[in-house]
Amino acid sequence: MPIDLIVTVAVQGILTGLVYGLMALGLSVIFGVVRVVNFAHGEMMTIASYAAIVAFGAWNIDPLVSMIPIAVLLFALGYAMQAALINPFINRPEHSQFILLAAVAIIMVNGLLMIFGPDARNVLVDYALDSIEVGPLLIDKVRVITATLALAITAGLFAFFKLSRIGKAIRACADNHMGALVVGLNVKRLYALTFGIGSACVGAAGAMMTLLIDTTPNVGPVFTLQAFVIVIIGGLGSMPGALLGGVLIGLTEAMAGLFFAPSAKTMFGVAILILVLLFRPQGLLGRKA
Amino acid sequence: MSTKLTRRQFAATAAGAALVAGTAPFNIVKAQTGALKIGSIHPRSGFQAQLGIACQRGIDLAPRVLKQLGINANVEIMNADTESNVDVARARAEKLINDGANVLIGAFDSGQSAAIAQVAEQKGVPYIINVAAAPQITEQGYKFVFRNFPTAPMLVGDGLNLMKGVFEKSGITPKTAVFMHVNDTFGQSMAGAIKAMAPRFNLPFQIVDTIAYDPQAKDLSVEIAKAKATGAEMLMPVTRLNDAILMIREMVKQRWEPQIVMSPGAPGFYEGQFYKTLGKFSNYLLTNVPWYNPRSSITQKLLDEFTKSYKNELFELNVGFSFEAVMVAVNAHNAAKSTAGAALADAIRKTNITDHVMAGGALQFNEKGQNVNIKSVTLQNLDQRPKVVLPLDIAEDNLTLPLPSWTKRS
Repeated sequence: MPIDLIVTVAVQGILTGLVYGLMALGLSVIFGVVRVVNFAHGEMMTIASYAAIVAFGAWNIDPLVSMIPIAVLLFALGYAMQAALINPFINRPEHSQFILLAAVAIIMVNGLLMIFGPDARNVLVDYALDSIEVGPLLIDKVRVITATLALAITAGLFAFFKLSRIGKAIRACADNHMGALVVGLNVKRLYALTFGIGSACVGAAGAMMTLLIDTTPNVGPVFTLQAFVIVIIGGLGSMPGALLGGVLIGLTEAMAGLFFAPSAKTMFGVAILILVLLFRPQGLLGRKA
Repeated sequence: MSTKLTRRQFAATAAGAALVAGTAPFNIVKAQTGALKIGSIHPRSGFQAQLGIACQRGIDLAPRVLKQLGINANVEIMNADTESNVDVARARAEKLINDGANVLIGAFDSGQSAAIAQVAEQKGVPYIINVAAAPQITEQGYKFVFRNFPTAPMLVGDGLNLMKGVFEKSGITPKTAVFMHVNDTFGQSMAGAIKAMAPRFNLPFQIVDTIAYDPQAKDLSVEIAKAKATGAEMLMPVTRLNDAILMIREMVKQRWEPQIVMSPGAPGFYEGQFYKTLGKFSNYLLTNVPWYNPRSSITQKLLDEFTKSYKNELFELNVGFSFEAVMVAVNAHNAAKSTAGAALADAIRKTNITDHVMAGGALQFNEKGQNVNIKSVTLQNLDQRPKVVLPLDIAEDNLTLPLPSWTKRS
């Protein structure tokens, strides 16, 4: 097998994996702080994708531009969801939270079906089918852009949590809920803020994803599952873990497709999940409970 | 008040129940004299939704068009959505029959059609398959299952024959080909048929690689990189719609330009959404597929009505075959003068409709319930719509090959 083919496929896999990582980042951030698993994660991302499609169709706005207002929109949606819907469930059993968010996910999918119908929609920008030549390699331009942005957003988020006062307060809530209450932090507001930040990541990822794949309402559950696989591999609650998990899945699927049967490449991603669960249940970069 | 059931009350209730049960068959007979209830069962949501909806359009138009043709079409259409899922298809078929459907029509997908066929056979309700190619469906000895669509071997046989015609007409004969197929029931049937039949057709090219991919794939970059690396001069894809779009998009990105891209008989390239999404990149691709006969007067009538009802949609084979399925059911209903399953099945078996929509011979079914008279044509995407280029007697335009470079298209 030609070496340039292997390298091309590996690079494509890593780039795709970085976008996967951004997609899973929001899920990981929310769980890391609020300790609620957002089962409507993929569906929220699909809402963001449709927002980008509408912005492009109506005003010809490139998804790389519309991702900023969409991230703000999803922040508001996440904030409102946490404040109004999820907070009352925070101290209830996990299965109640699960059913609540699964119901939200079903409502979102069916709402999108009612509004947009089942047809696949996409955004075809001028550079959608461009490639970049690097020696003998031919790299998809859209993947390069989206992966770079995914890295930048992750770095920005990392800096926010490490350096800003609000970020530190959120981390304090995650580390010691009781302690945060004792020192007078408004934990409910910080939870809503975290849910909003996680949702904003989902918004950015959803807008970018329209450049890579076609969107249908039914793609939401697929994204949710994929995000779960990624964060479990990387470690629930770990931001670098989400990115690492994404890259690992992207690379594994690409290599499995190249060396084995392309139709079975998803199986290899899931095989990694099983291995991680067996030998490092907290995930590659996760902390033991 | 005592709620205990006395022996006398029990006897009276049992007698009443027996009377109702005894007269039930007469009620059925009474119901059977009315309109023909057609259960239209298609994937109208899920990943096959667009194609299921296209089938539905053919079904919805049929009663109106048949009446305009002077055919007595006393029908009531009942709709069900399989959600692109085999188990849902089975359950919805049962529900349609329980709700009184006299005939089932569907289901676009081979896996779903096979599940519906089992239910229809068990319940004794005729099932007319409009689109589904897996050969095993009509190899089970079913008495109530009929298919007005070619089997995978028929598709492949016609497809491979037409390939030779394309090479001859264009003067371009590839020496190598790569075969890519969606890894579902249909794709595997086609792959099996090609593997079995290709040696018999003395094809001028060698299949250098076969690449199967996930039907719900969101990305085909690896698959196309692998196919490109073979250096094949021709791509033979067996696709659905969404993956066909992904495939061509990825070919453009990876600048893979084989001389010919020709589907041996599969959906994807000739569908409205394909043109809308890919624009100029949809042009010059070839598909050997059963298609409507553009010279038929019924086709023209159906096309007129379709254009009036669905201005922005494309009239294609799913519409045509679905219309014909209703035509077969109505013809059988008129001949049998009954809605009873056995009578309708007998009438369908005797179908002989010479003037119809799709290319090929008379609409007839063999002892297995298969219409063996359907013929494929070669379609080429020109001006962002499918046009018949072979056979020449019904051709709408000239064949254009080799495939122009992706980067040199206006």
